[in-house]
Amino acid sequence: MSRSPSPGSTRNRGAMAEGILEIEGLRKQYGPVVAVDGVDLSLKTGEFVTFLGPSGSGKTTTLQIIAGLQSASAGHIRLNGQAIDPLPPHQRNIGVVFQHYALFPHMSIARNIAFPLEMRRVPAAEIRRRVEEALALVGLEGYGQRHPRQLSGGQQQRVALARALVFRPPLLLMDEPLGALDKQLREQMQLEISRLHRELGASIVYVTHDQEEALVMSDRIAVFNHGRIEQIGASEELYERPRSRFVAGFLGESNFFEGRVEALQGELCRIASPAGPLLARRNGDLAVGDPTVVAVRPERLCLLDGSAAGGGGEPENRLEGRVQEVVYLGLSRKYLLRLADGQEVVVRQQAQDAERSGLGPGDLVRLGWRAANANALEVAAGSDEADGKETGQ
Amino acid sequence: MQGSLKPGGYGLLVLPACALLLVFFAYPVFWLLLRSISEPHWGFANFQVLYERSIYLKVLLNTVVISLLVTLCCAVIGYPLAYTMAHGGPRVRRLLTFVVLVPFWTSILVRTFAWMVILQRQGLINDLLLWLGLTERPLALVYNRTGVLIGMTQILLPFMIFPLYSVMLRIDRSCSWAAATLGAPPLRNFLRIYLPLSLPGLMTGGTLVFIVSLGYFITPALLGGQRDIMIAQLIEQQISNFGNWGLAGALSLVLLAGTALCLALVRRFVGGQAPWGRR
Repeated sequence: MSRSPSPGSTRNRGAMAEGILEIEGLRKQYGPVVAVDGVDLSLKTGEFVTFLGPSGSGKTTTLQIIAGLQSASAGHIRLNGQAIDPLPPHQRNIGVVFQHYALFPHMSIARNIAFPLEMRRVPAAEIRRRVEEALALVGLEGYGQRHPRQLSGGQQQRVALARALVFRPPLLLMDEPLGALDKQLREQMQLEISRLHRELGASIVYVTHDQEEALVMSDRIAVFNHGRIEQIGASEELYERPRSRFVAGFLGESNFFEGRVEALQGELCRIASPAGPLLARRNGDLAVGDPTVVAVRPERLCLLDGSAAGGGGEPENRLEGRVQEVVYLGLSRKYLLRLADGQEVVVRQQAQDAERSGLGPGDLVRLGWRAANANALEVAAGSDEADGKETGQ
Repeated sequence: MQGSLKPGGYGLLVLPACALLLVFFAYPVFWLLLRSISEPHWGFANFQVLYERSIYLKVLLNTVVISLLVTLCCAVIGYPLAYTMAHGGPRVRRLLTFVVLVPFWTSILVRTFAWMVILQRQGLINDLLLWLGLTERPLALVYNRTGVLIGMTQILLPFMIFPLYSVMLRIDRSCSWAAATLGAPPLRNFLRIYLPLSLPGLMTGGTLVFIVSLGYFITPALLGGQRDIMIAQLIEQQISNFGNWGLAGALSLVLLAGTALCLALVRRFVGGQAPWGRR
């Protein structure tokens, strides 16, 4: 979480339920620049955790510190209960897949994959067998004698994966491994990596700035911002219950309504905003009078045609707006609306519904959403909350 | 230049250079080489002399040994320097490039004379060594093989550094990182990954230094002793002291053939060693 408990309490807890990887109060400072600012993380055996964040958010630096390629300014890392902070990278026994594969261009594919085994002085016959196995695992049987340059980008990435897995490391780190591939190949490789993760039961830390990639593969996602983990949790939890404006804006799209808490109603709270009174789920420690921001997903907004109310439950929140623009997206349509107070709102509607309503620019529409689908978030004083990717930009 | 010339058009562009080379290089060389079999009379008498008189073979051997030693010295000094230039950050790179290039801009003759002053018995180095008490008597640093090696290494160092540097600059550092995470300790990492990847630069630089050394004249002539004569000095001696154009031509032919042979060998070696370098 964003606020770390005191080191002592974490250590006690860690001793009881030790994960494969335990990170505690990790910091990295380059002169005056703080790249990693107090990261705590516990990875369970066999878990797939993704570090998601914009560039410069500290996710790659954190990964490199775990691998031993950079030293931490403060903090501790334990792998399988053993402190690895003092170990150089070649003694850590952690598999790493790099963004640009980093295959050895002067060695054949087989020699590349054999490299970690040779370093561990595995007998030659066993090396041959395990290299064959590794090649089969990534679907590259018969490619052993080729050189990296003779393979496509996707094939090279498979080789890099095979090389990082062949010595059966307890932990696999992947640094934007699909960043250099085109979209189709990327999606195919995502499924492949998920399959390998399931089949091998490997513990994986995966770094990406691509939120879709994170949603497809991860057991848990850690959203990085300014060198800190803003929120960590399962994909659905992060998407449906973001705890900060940054998370709501970075993972998927969100509409934001700024306001002030007027009253608390159990799980919900009533908010006064320039757009009108709103009802939203209370997400965080909010009291009456606190400033807040309400985040609503574009697909949770529905357009209420004319007098008839939208199907299902009656939406507690209703506003009026004028259609500015309609964007055709195949599966769905995106409407850009402008509310009476000038705020812009994005609504996403399924293709069928969109065809039925037949709305175009200039039309006046009513829109609504359920309070349970809106999150009232804490607004931390002094933090740059506007950094997230917002709708309509 | 947007458009391209017609096939014949390129010929016109290189015509001046070709003509210049033909008149002022190819013709005189051919003329000198021809004299090896035409003077004092037609036949291979000159080559027979080279073969029979042991002094010539000794000079030839001496030339090869000195050239190899200079190449080795340049590699040992140049490799870490080029490495620092390639990976030491922009400020270090600028500084080192400047430091390596500055002597390149001054005349070889000036630099060689400077070495004579520095290395002589009452020179800078010997004075310093005596003052520090590291030696009791001045060392013989010049007019022998040591002087030739020091002078030639310093002068030829850039020929080693720049090819090495340009190759090192293109080496993907993440290869070394990857090797480390795969379990390679630093020395094995270097020997298995970085060194082979920088080998094309080492071979190119080494070839350049070695070939330039083979025909080197000024530095060995000024800094060397009587026992460290190199083949270029011998050629000069034959012409200016004895007017023996025939023997000079024969020596030149041997030098030319030897150089060509070295080039061919290295090309073959590097070509076979670096299949990844082909694009």
